[in-house]
Amino acid sequence: MSHKVIVVGGGIAGMQTALSLAERGIQPLLLEKSERIGGKLTGWHQLFPSFTPASEVLGDLSARLKDSGAEVRTNSEVRKIDKQGVELTDGTSLEADAVVVCSGFDLFNARLKEEYGYGIYPNVYTSADLEAMFNENRVLTAEGKKPQRIALLHCVGSRDEKVGQRHCSRVCCITGVKQAIELKKLYPTADIYNFYMDIRMFGPGYEEMYRQAQQEYGIHFVRGRISEASETIDHRVQIKAEDTLVGRPLKMTVDMLILLIGMKPGESNRRFAENSAIKLAPSNFVQPHDSFLHNVCSEAPNIFYAGTVTAPKNVGESLNEAITAADRVAQYLSARQ
Amino acid sequence: MIQWGFNINQPRAINLDKNDRLVADRILEQMPELEACIACGSCTATCTAGNLTSFNFRKVHTLVRRGEYKGAYEEMNKCMLCGKCRLVCPRGINTRGVVLLIKQELGDY
Repeated sequence: MSHKVIVVGGGIAGMQTALSLAERGIQPLLLEKSERIGGKLTGWHQLFPSFTPASEVLGDLSARLKDSGAEVRTNSEVRKIDKQGVELTDGTSLEADAVVVCSGFDLFNARLKEEYGYGIYPNVYTSADLEAMFNENRVLTAEGKKPQRIALLHCVGSRDEKVGQRHCSRVCCITGVKQAIELKKLYPTADIYNFYMDIRMFGPGYEEMYRQAQQEYGIHFVRGRISEASETIDHRVQIKAEDTLVGRPLKMTVDMLILLIGMKPGESNRRFAENSAIKLAPSNFVQPHDSFLHNVCSEAPNIFYAGTVTAPKNVGESLNEAITAADRVAQYLSARQ
Repeated sequence: MIQWGFNINQPRAINLDKNDRLVADRILEQMPELEACIACGSCTATCTAGNLTSFNFRKVHTLVRRGEYKGAYEEMNKCMLCGKCRLVCPRGINTRGVVLLIKQELGDY
């Protein structure tokens, strides 16, 4: 017997959830608000720690999703989620036996950290901008020159009460190390500096990659958060920090400043939480029923979660959660029969 | 001349635009593992000389890597080359070798 399960969000977690449901003989309907599926990963160049092209992961996932026969509807934004199904922003109601929320995260708006000059100085970029530049194969300063000195700043919109982001975004540390290596491969004579508060290498192979960045690529790490950036007359960026390991102020001028922006709770989380079965954590990420045995479950028996809707996660973790969520949906449906 | 008690301080900031990193790069070229330091401080904690003097190995080699060479040779002279730091370093850095290398490269600085 086939059931109908709605998957909210067509990023990698949603794609994998729909795919895993279809493989279990359950009929999924994948709803994506934008005009194409793939989510944030479509804008990414290579993935840590193996430098696998993001397009390779997405291509494989898309092909398998297509073969599975799962129904995909783009340009369909969900406004409300309840036990009967979902309501779209255009007023359409869709009924479902279960809903899996895979609505993901938003990127932190770097303009909120005005002291770093994003959107004000042309040579200040975000990590997402840099990925786009890698994809276009054109990593140059705003003046079209090859950068010879680049600084990457960790924890922009992470662990920062001033912008309401108390949580650690986890993946930016390793992204900073990855991007520093990619830049060094592109410009071997360039000086690359990472400014960090803590380096949190939580995944397999990450610590090894950090060491590789230091020892093989000669990337410099300075422990200290940049306090401000300002522009020089030739449009370079002057930065100030404390070198906290020696206890002295430090300043330098760079051709490009890259801000490693964190994951912010999805804008839609608040809207979805109007349903009392969907709870928000203090961080405004969605709070799963518990962190251990029910980490993909809501307070309702037929609403589930997968991916970064509940917390910052990397690609592998999001995909694993999607498979778990599909499994829990299947258990729920078979117990109900 | 009347002494008013005022004077001018030199800026304390490490200015990476002005510092000459040539020697630092030469040191790192010979000892690339030094760049892998995670500043845990175990070398300094176990240091025999640091227990008795103001010698701080972690701080001195970090300054040298930033191109701040002044006084580094004299500081390194406080090291008695006992090698305890090398035993405790979690990154496996040849710390004793670093002391000798910095002294060699900065001997006439």
